[in-house]
Amino acid sequence: MKIADKTRFFIILLISGWFILFGVTPLLLLVMTSFLTMDPADLVQFSFTLKAYSQLFIEPGYIIIFIRSVKLALATTLLCLGFGYPFAWYTARMPPKWRTSVLILLMIPFWTNSLVRTYAMRMVLGTHGILNKSLLSLGLINTPLKIMYTDYAVLAGLFYLMLPFMVLPLYATIEKLNFQLIEAARDLGAGAVSAFTKIIFPLTLPGIMAGCIMVFVPTMGLFYVASLLGGARQLLVGNLIQQQFLNARNWPLGSATSIVLIIFMALMLIGYGLLLHRFSRERK
Amino acid sequence: MSMLRLFYFAGIFFYLYLPIGVLIANAFNLNKYGLQWDGFTFKWFTAMLENHSLMAAARHSIVIAVCAATLATIIGALAAVGLNRYRFFGRKVIQGTSMTLMMAPDIILAIAFLVLFISLGIGLGFWSLLFSHITFCLPFTIMTITGRLQDFDPNILDAARDLGASEKNILARVILPMMRPALISSWLLAFTLSLDDVIISSFVTGPSYDVLPLKIFSMVKVGVKPEVNALAALLVLLSLALVIVSQLMLKEKKIA
Repeated sequence: MKIADKTRFFIILLISGWFILFGVTPLLLLVMTSFLTMDPADLVQFSFTLKAYSQLFIEPGYIIIFIRSVKLALATTLLCLGFGYPFAWYTARMPPKWRTSVLILLMIPFWTNSLVRTYAMRMVLGTHGILNKSLLSLGLINTPLKIMYTDYAVLAGLFYLMLPFMVLPLYATIEKLNFQLIEAARDLGAGAVSAFTKIIFPLTLPGIMAGCIMVFVPTMGLFYVASLLGGARQLLVGNLIQQQFLNARNWPLGSATSIVLIIFMALMLIGYGLLLHRFSRERK
Repeated sequence: MSMLRLFYFAGIFFYLYLPIGVLIANAFNLNKYGLQWDGFTFKWFTAMLENHSLMAAARHSIVIAVCAATLATIIGALAAVGLNRYRFFGRKVIQGTSMTLMMAPDIILAIAFLVLFISLGIGLGFWSLLFSHITFCLPFTIMTITGRLQDFDPNILDAARDLGASEKNILARVILPMMRPALISSWLLAFTLSLDDVIISSFVTGPSYDVLPLKIFSMVKVGVKPEVNALAALLVLLSLALVIVSQLMLKEKKIA
């Protein structure tokens, strides 16, 4: 073997080996585990069953958690979109020198451990937190609001953590937008609303979709936000998976839950792909 | 309109920075529960230093982040070069796996890694943590370094070959120096990703190797812990320093 081939061989072997061992294998094992039988003594028994899936779709408790989780993730996504879109829009329209500063300011909290930030959120939202203190001293409320340990606290925390994931893809799309199209539309008599619905919205739709997927999917897994801000109730699919793996030791059920989550995500990605496809065809 | 816009940005940044500000203030607040400002103190920092299990967890987290960032950068550089220069069977599979690892929610990767380590009989601790951290950082380091590789002038590589350089020499003497800025920024990215991870670490480590997110999680689940405030304030400063360093690196890259 020539030396050149040796180097080449070593590199290909290393990366293929790594991705097969730590990338492909774990995911296949996860799929396999979801079809195994739970065994309280030995984690799993190697006999094929669909019990975990049937449990997931039949027992109302799990369906309720799924629905609650989807609702909360959807609310987070809409909140991020509502606040993130204008943010990304105005940032993209700033002079370039300002843009970088604004984006860095957005990213700095994002570089800090998210558990620490969730914990910090608790000091803001608590009964004696700074939010209640300010509202009380302004005379806007008479008794402290009970936000902590409600779904609103979880929502506030999720929004806080996920906002940059919405802003960045939106910003990337808006920055590339041909702003002359909007001017042309306005010159031809389009109002602000129809310029938005007919030009801006369709052209930034890929960014909107990308941002929504990047917020929606990980949100369902952020179990620690729900445990720290939301109290005892199981709020997110992430809590369910965590509980099945670390406390109840029902690995098949935990795996099946995550497979359902993966399928959910794959469907969203396929939808996104179809949209992009239609989009590029329309442009031609 | 412009005023409104200013208020809007101020509002969003206020929301993003208020919790961090409160956290840092409480790290120096004499009032244990942060109920009001009782005066300035360093006492929580001493309490933090005296909390041995918290310090051990912090040390473990830093060790993992440094090792994972270094190895993820080395493997990521080799992978980026390999995927960029060589055409081989399975190349598309690797790229697909890398994409999947990047897109998959942390919770999925966490349990997939857990199932893998238990199946392989690798005990949960340092090694399981390290392998997982390298793996979830890899797609990001590959992406960062590939971006840099694609900017190269391919003629330089042809010139090196024409002048008789072996593949090893091309890699070591031409490609490596040219991608140095990308290596540094990918190391910083991997270090931050590793230090920021909560979900994967909670699943793939055991009681023998406690790391910060787990330790903090179990400490604050029941209430406010002032020594956690002190540590968290230090973590915020660390990430701030990293952002500044990486920005300076980016500037250097533009000039170079």
